[in-house]
Amino acid sequence: MMRVSRLTLVLASTTLVLGACRKKPVVAPQAEAAPVVQPQPTRPTNTTPAPAARDTMEDYRTRLAATRARLLETIYFEYDADELREDAKANLDAKMTVMNANPAVKIRIAGHCDERGSDEYNIALGRRRAEAAKRYLTDRGVDASRIETASFGRERPAVQGTTEESWSRNRRDEFELIAGGDQLRAP
Amino acid sequence: MPQTMPRSLSLHVWPMLAGVLLAVGTTVPSHAAAQAQPPGVSLSTRYVAGQKTALIVLPVKGVNGDSVATILARDFDYSDRFNVVSTSSAPVVNGPPNYPLFSRLGVDGIVQPTLLPSGWVRVALHDVSKTAVLNSKDFPLPSPALSPAWRSAMHGVSDAVEEWITGQRGIAQTRIAFTRGGRVWIVDSDRANVTPATPSGMSPQWLPGGRGLVYSVLDGVRNPIMMTDLGTGSQRTVAASPGIEHSSPAIAPDGRTVVYARGSESGTDLYAMPIEGGAPRRMTVGRGRASTQPTFSPDGQRIAFMSDRSGHPEVYISDLDGTNVELLTAAAFGDRDYRAGPDWSPDGRLVAFQSRNGGTFQIMTINLRDQSVKFVTNDGRNDDPSWAPDSRHLVFSSTRAGTRQLWIVDVETGRSRQLTFGSEARLSAWSPRLLSQ
Repeated sequence: MMRVSRLTLVLASTTLVLGACRKKPVVAPQAEAAPVVQPQPTRPTNTTPAPAARDTMEDYRTRLAATRARLLETIYFEYDADELREDAKANLDAKMTVMNANPAVKIRIAGHCDERGSDEYNIALGRRRAEAAKRYLTDRGVDASRIETASFGRERPAVQGTTEESWSRNRRDEFELIAGGDQLRAP
Repeated sequence: MPQTMPRSLSLHVWPMLAGVLLAVGTTVPSHAAAQAQPPGVSLSTRYVAGQKTALIVLPVKGVNGDSVATILARDFDYSDRFNVVSTSSAPVVNGPPNYPLFSRLGVDGIVQPTLLPSGWVRVALHDVSKTAVLNSKDFPLPSPALSPAWRSAMHGVSDAVEEWITGQRGIAQTRIAFTRGGRVWIVDSDRANVTPATPSGMSPQWLPGGRGLVYSVLDGVRNPIMMTDLGTGSQRTVAASPGIEHSSPAIAPDGRTVVYARGSESGTDLYAMPIEGGAPRRMTVGRGRASTQPTFSPDGQRIAFMSDRSGHPEVYISDLDGTNVELLTAAAFGDRDYRAGPDWSPDGRLVAFQSRNGGTFQIMTINLRDQSVKFVTNDGRNDDPSWAPDSRHLVFSSTRAGTRQLWIVDVETGRSRQLTFGSEARLSAWSPRLLSQ
């Protein structure tokens, strides 16, 4: 029980943060998840035998929040590259599971760059980053009509700064729910 | 001490001869060497360090006299074609100047402005060695004095005097459009009148005559190419569609065609369309690789652009229909990895671009005739060069003094100056000459 409630807290705070992100996608910086693979959250329903009715409702909300967080989690890229990293592929696999369980869901993928390349070329590079994620999903069966793509080049950094730490958090694809979010089900 | 060699300023009817004479007339003692310069080379294109004409602007009487003298002297200095002797060191002039006094100061030419009761300004140019007035003209000035239009007209006076001496009109009467804080701004060539020009946008380009700007807006919705009329302030959409990025516009020299990069799921390619509306025509087929940052040749027949089709960014040249593509930059650099931001000089001889060498971008030029390259920066990160109408000065962004700001460099001498201050400024474009204000 202790473990479950702590996890709930973590996920609830993640949900809050992501809620804030969705309203103002330009800002997000400090609270955003680090660019590493998040461990698959334990499913409380599997570990807690015979849950009480109230716990089940809580579980449901927790799982829903985790599902949404998974779908919207940012993926990251290497410098001047649009190849998907292994952690990004694992993340997209998880997104695909969510999308397969939610046929009404449509998403928009926006590619972003750090400030180091040419500003105008970065608009093209951001577009390629968005297309790389889209192609990964559609190659595995997600219908292309469910995914829009866009690029913001380097014009909307997640964090300010001129260190590799900042740059690595700016080379990214951001995900946005554009349909089906209100009926989202955990897979 | 005083030079005994003949000094001479010459009117623009003899620009080539003037170039040789002016080179001789300065303090470098290589008389024979200067005379050995091949005929047909004018001073303006054959700068030799230490051989600039020395000019002095005399103090100007009247309410705005100091401003007149200051603006003219600064314009001559910024032209990088003259040594400007400080106005405050000028001997007092009542009536004809005491030419030997000026000669001892090392002055070749005296610029004598007078504010007329009509509000016009009269400018006389004296040739010290000939002890005579070479040229004199009255210039109209709009009122009120010191307004942006008045300052622009005063820059026009500087440019006219420069033409009397060198045979080539100056570039003081120009402006630079640039990107700051998600919108387009304009600043005079001498840093005055920093003014917002559009409600949003980036990557401005000038329409012929400076009557308007074309720019892009990355709003995440229709990402349009926009056009603003600087006379009326009106904005209109040139190209826009949902889910497509339209960026990096370039305008043909005749002002009729805009070329821009169009980013879609099939990649980023160059498209051309009539600026007044019509169907876009595809120019490049990148198959997922990007082509962007187009720039027109002065005859409007070719474009230079950057593309990563070879695996890394390089500058290419092609015909307007996308055929006859040539790789412009790779031969000169081997495997150095990143070239971008080309801008074709108005005289057609050079393409300026940014090249990354040892981790930071520097501005370079490549000569289109013999492919010879030249670094024009070496300090900080330097991006997105844009030529002045004299094909000699470049504006670009640089981090050399901290935050990214616009700087101007004279590619002949390497002399540079900072154009903008304050919050980050980038993606700039130098206007054509702005003759009628």
